Amino acid sequence: MSGRIERAFTRARKAKRAAFIPYITAGDPNPERTVVLARALERAGADILELGVPFTDPIADGPTNQRAAERALSRGTTLSGVLGLVRELRYSSELPVVLFTYFNPVHAYGMARFAVDAAAAGVDGVLFTDVPVDEAAVAHEALKRVGIELVLLVAPTSTRARVKAVRRLAGSFVYFIARAGVTGPRTSLEEGLEDQVRLVRKLAKARVVVGFGVSTPEQVTRIAQFADGVVVGSALVERIGELGDVPELPGEVEAIARSFALATRRK
Amino acid sequence: MAPLEELTQAWQEARRDRAFRRELADLLENYCGRPTPISHAARLTKHFGGAAVYLKREDLCHTGAHKINNALAQCLLARRMGKGRVIAETGAGQHGVAVATAAALLGLRCRVYMGTEDERRQALNVYRMKLLGAEVVGVDAGSRTLKDAINESLRDWVTNVASTHYVLGSVLGPHPYPAMVREFQSVIGSEALLQIRKQHRSLPRLVVACVGGGSNAAGIFSAFVPYRQVELVGVEAGGRGTRLGEHAARFAGGAPGVLHGTRSYVLQDQDGLIVQTHSVSAGLDYPAVGPEHAWWHDSRRVSYVRVEDGEALDAFHLLSEFEGIVPALETAHALAYVARVAPRMGSGEAILVNLSGRGDKDVTEVARLEGVAL
Ligand SMILES: Cc1ncc(COP(=O)(O)O)c(C=O)c1O
Repeated sequence: MSGRIERAFTRARKAKRAAFIPYITAGDPNPERTVVLARALERAGADILELGVPFTDPIADGPTNQRAAERALSRGTTLSGVLGLVRELRYSSELPVVLFTYFNPVHAYGMARFAVDAAAAGVDGVLFTDVPVDEAAVAHEALKRVGIELVLLVAPTSTRARVKAVRRLAGSFVYFIARAGVTGPRTSLEEGLEDQVRLVRKLAKARVVVGFGVSTPEQVTRIAQFADGVVVGSALVERIGELGDVPELPGEVEAIARSFALATRRK
Repeated sequence: MAPLEELTQAWQEARRDRAFRRELADLLENYCGRPTPISHAARLTKHFGGAAVYLKREDLCHTGAHKINNALAQCLLARRMGKGRVIAETGAGQHGVAVATAAALLGLRCRVYMGTEDERRQALNVYRMKLLGAEVVGVDAGSRTLKDAINESLRDWVTNVASTHYVLGSVLGPHPYPAMVREFQSVIGSEALLQIRKQHRSLPRLVVACVGGGSNAAGIFSAFVPYRQVELVGVEAGGRGTRLGEHAARFAGGAPGVLHGTRSYVLQDQDGLIVQTHSVSAGLDYPAVGPEHAWWHDSRRVSYVRVEDGEALDAFHLLSEFEGIVPALETAHALAYVARVAPRMGSGEAILVNLSGRGDKDVTEVARLEGVAL
């Protein structure tokens, strides 16, 4: 189990906060900027970084993240390139990194080789958007051997049996999808989210972080009261897309991220 | 996953339910015009000077292609599941038209996703879908073809799953789709097996079908798979050439991978990114292939060959002129392979081709490609 992820949750809880977990797509707007952006997010108060591996066919993503993946791919970002970026980040930072990836790039890389290289680069967790728990045993085994945790998704439509299956493979946390659908900003939160999160925590016997569609500090504050962590993605990615590769990019991203980080306080 | 489990269960219940089977059989007969005949292509046979060529006439189904068999069945299933809205992806537009038709018949709301490149080259079908009351949404991402329309359909489905059934149009995607769509298309093979035995008085030597996702091929092959003496050939789109990106020949240029929830042969680069495909025919222009075809390929039960754009266009004209049937460009790929092998076969042998669809939708695109002003 990754020490870095575990420590990040403990630190946040002691500070009476939910963990703040920003998402960006690796290589967006270009690979040279990714480490700089990660450091900016860390300064803003990120506890864990969720780093997207761009894919040609991101079926779990809304338009914002789709465009980010297109930008990253057009700059030649590949899975091995992303591992290189994590390695580079590790020269200057202990920020835990969870890769958010589609399965095919890892399949092409080779699961066993990927696990070894990812661990060597300093990756702490891996989330596959398109691998259901029934198919996750091989990945779990390969990653466990090198000390990387598998992060599994739980949807509002997941059955109890499925959440219990998740429990057997999950590491220190599971990722609860706040609302059925794809990534992207939403104006409202789902009714009954709090009860769902509590139920998932009980059945999965793991911390629960909430993501997909969390796009304002007010939503973060509401979720932070009952979840162990909050993922904010599209709101940051949208801004990166608007600004592009300008000198003030890291500063701007840091400022928005800080407004989200501050919103994770528990009342 | 929950929607797939719900769908699997609903399908399993429906296929055991006599009332469901009866309603489907009735619609296939009295609405779609099944059984479709097989025609002996006498002039073509003579022209080739070899094996006797028989055509399984899916082009005579209502809406003009085999796609209606699956679309009607899945729309009945959607109604049974209490879903008032159906969505579909389409490449050539034939599946989209079929779903729009079934939705109109059964009173369901319908939205069809279609790549903008396909909207251009299959414009007739776009308007047909609109006439049938469907909403057509252009997908302007990636290669702007079938793959991208599937991406968008999957996104819509996971967002609206409570109200919506996704009518996938081929033997693709996650379970239960490949098995379910094959079953709904297997009517082609069951009919053809009886018909060819009656008309030719023996089994064919060879059964040929084009393979996009692989539904018309799976539908006709499924009945013949147990007969080892019958050779089965699937024809993929060879596009403009053998370079990656220039074709949609998954078995020639692809490697095992996972796309749209299925592990199969996928056209990809060394980093596992899906590559662009090209084919003159929108219905074959897809970088992966149904998983059962991968199994038939690896177990060597079916051989897969490639036919390039030019050869398919020649076959398009050949069938039109010799048999008075304008085939779909997808189907023309299967016919082009027949043109290659029929002359080398004995006159007592028979080739059965799945004539998966008619070519009205392709007339303007063929004219454009050949520089004819309409
Ligand atoms: C007439 C016709 N044949 C074949 C196909 C290819 O699909 P499949 O391989 O699933 O039969 C299409 C798809 O649009 C089609 O319209």
